[in-house]
Amino acid sequence: MFKLLRIFALLGCLIGVFLPIPSSAAGPTIRIAMTPAFLHDQHAMLAQWRDYLQTHTKRPVEFIQRDRYRETIDLLQQQKVDFAWVCDYPYLVLKKDVNLLAVALHQGKPSYQAYLIVPISDTTTRRIADLKNTIFAFADPYSNTGYLSPRFEIQRSGADPATFFKRTFFTWSHRKVIDAVASGVAQGASVDSYVWESLAKVRPDITAKTRIAWKSELYGFPPMVAQRNVPAADFALMQGVLMNMQNNAQGRNLLNRLNLDGFIKGSPKLYDGVAEMMRQFGEP
Amino acid sequence: MRLFDLSLRYKMPLWGGGLILATALALSASFMLQAWDNLHHDLQKNAEDLARITARSLFPVMLHDEVWQAYEVVTLPFAANPASAQTESLVVFDSEQRVYVSSRSHEHSLLQPMAELGPEYAALAQHLPKDPEAPVFVSDAPGAQHIYVALPVANDGVRLGTVVVGYNKSLLWQRFSQLLLNAVGITLLVLGVLLPITAYWGRRMMSPMQWITGRIRHIGEANTAAIDPKLYPYQDEVGLLYQAYADMHAKLQEKALVEKEMVKSERMAAVGRLTASIAHEINNPLGGMLNAISTLKRHGSPDPVTQKTVSLLERGLSQVKETVAALLVEAKVKSRPLNTSDFDDVRVLVSHAIKKQSTQMHWVVTVPDGMALPSTLVRQVLINLLLNAIAASGRSGRVSLQAKTNEAQLVMVVENTGTPMLPEQLARLYEPFTSFSENGNGLGLWICYQIVTQLGGTIHAESGAQQTRFTVILPLSSPHETTDQQNLPD
Repeated sequence: MFKLLRIFALLGCLIGVFLPIPSSAAGPTIRIAMTPAFLHDQHAMLAQWRDYLQTHTKRPVEFIQRDRYRETIDLLQQQKVDFAWVCDYPYLVLKKDVNLLAVALHQGKPSYQAYLIVPISDTTTRRIADLKNTIFAFADPYSNTGYLSPRFEIQRSGADPATFFKRTFFTWSHRKVIDAVASGVAQGASVDSYVWESLAKVRPDITAKTRIAWKSELYGFPPMVAQRNVPAADFALMQGVLMNMQNNAQGRNLLNRLNLDGFIKGSPKLYDGVAEMMRQFGEP
Repeated sequence: MRLFDLSLRYKMPLWGGGLILATALALSASFMLQAWDNLHHDLQKNAEDLARITARSLFPVMLHDEVWQAYEVVTLPFAANPASAQTESLVVFDSEQRVYVSSRSHEHSLLQPMAELGPEYAALAQHLPKDPEAPVFVSDAPGAQHIYVALPVANDGVRLGTVVVGYNKSLLWQRFSQLLLNAVGITLLVLGVLLPITAYWGRRMMSPMQWITGRIRHIGEANTAAIDPKLYPYQDEVGLLYQAYADMHAKLQEKALVEKEMVKSERMAAVGRLTASIAHEINNPLGGMLNAISTLKRHGSPDPVTQKTVSLLERGLSQVKETVAALLVEAKVKSRPLNTSDFDDVRVLVSHAIKKQSTQMHWVVTVPDGMALPSTLVRQVLINLLLNAIAASGRSGRVSLQAKTNEAQLVMVVENTGTPMLPEQLARLYEPFTSFSENGNGLGLWICYQIVTQLGGTIHAESGAQQTRFTVILPLSSPHETTDQQNLPD
């Protein structure tokens, strides 16, 4: 069954890549960087979303997928992409180079949180302090929930995040962080709640092998940002198309598959909590 | 009963089956041995290849300390189909022999020393070569459940760790047993086909042998029928055996017949000689006695009582003389040649008997005149045979005579209906005083036999349910000189 789905997904991708751009789509290509801030391995859905954006912006749209946030940060700074869906932490890092385009609504709110997950066999862990001297998986050094937030919690508990764990490693994606805990490679990990909830919908067998031991406070949802040199017309077009998604059936279908409720303009103030954490860590 | 005394019918299929079984077993055993070796070699080769590929791709990953990527590399062989994977575990150890990452992450946690992963790994940890350029190291301890293939993750003399591919020995046995099962299945199938064929072939080969053996065993007994050449029409050794048997059978039958005839004619000759000598011994004094009686009657004047006694004596002696004369068949009698008219005479002579018995007579005589045979004797033979036939056919019976000549023989066949003769009667038919009816004196056929034999011919009788037949064959050319000593001159 999954094999079949995969084939369809691949087919979708191929069609998406090779299909001639509709005649209505004209003008410069809109390039959007996609990051592991969401389940970016749902290739069929991505192909449909790209088609949707292409239809509604009447412009050719290209999705550029990178695993590491650093690469996306580079793409934005080098102005190789126009828009990007990034984590809140890279957004703050890039604050000077990007503008907030839109914020997705997850479970009705433009926020998410960090889940501390442990293997289902671990029934005792209640907070991150219980995981001292264990193997811990991080998502990405530029991830808030997958790196900044757990280290912040450790520091808050009075320990040194550098020596707290026996061994740590990066999986370069929230989805793979869940895999690392589910497979038993890591004894704990901090993960994007939105990714965990979305995976629970499509692959409940994987999330069932993990247990949420602790939930962090709410943070601003990973935003869609625009590289600062994007023309105002393009910015407005893209923002309009995203915010209009919940108003038509096709858009709603896509939002549903993204496990989102819609997009709002959002405000940089949403990310003040994260900024505060970063400040406490002495990061820019 | 010993095994080797068994019938070839069972022995041949048994031997054949035994050979087939032995061949099948030997072949299967050698194939299985080879298969075991190959399987062992394949599995190890597979593990080595896997270790090589994994070690190569792990080097940059370990160099960058990408644990998750390393995990993805080591789990790749198990991702597609965990059940069919030959390898059971793929563990990467760092340079201090601690788990870097393992495909069995639930059992082997990161940074756990190799020696703590159980006795098998502990033994491996002791023997593992530490050299960066070390070749593939295979640990196949006799007691251990697993075979481990270890290869350094190294490049350019720098060793970052070790890849250890482990597979369960039971897998080897599991695969082998599957092969074994297949081989046994195929062997049984082949045997299932071959053994019945061998059994059938053995029976087919042996049944003509068995038949001929049975026949040969009973060859000495009387009345064995001749062999039907269609029974085994092939020209192989069995066919030749059949032919040889048929030849032997025919010769034996012939010999038996000749012996029988010889015994019979010898007996008849002996009887003849005896009869003749007794007859002569009787004849000479008898002649004297009859002369004396004659003289007495002519010249003496006996009283009535003596006269009556002498007459009685004379009648008695005359009867003796007749009987002796009948016994002494004389073929040397000068006689005119046999003509067609002699046959007509015979017919007239037996016509009274024919009339009396209301016999239907069938008379076919096609003979030339002036045959070189004594007419008197032939007439006597013919009259005797015909009167016998008329008597034997009973009332309203049928009797036939066929007489004809071919190049050098006169052939006369007398047939009659009526009660057939018994075999023992046929055997002593021509002996004197062997009467089969109340009225005969038992000398008729004896006389026929003597005449025919003295004329150099043969007389032959056969009797069936329908009719009894006498065949007389007389040579026409031979000088009918009597050579038999039985007919001594008076």
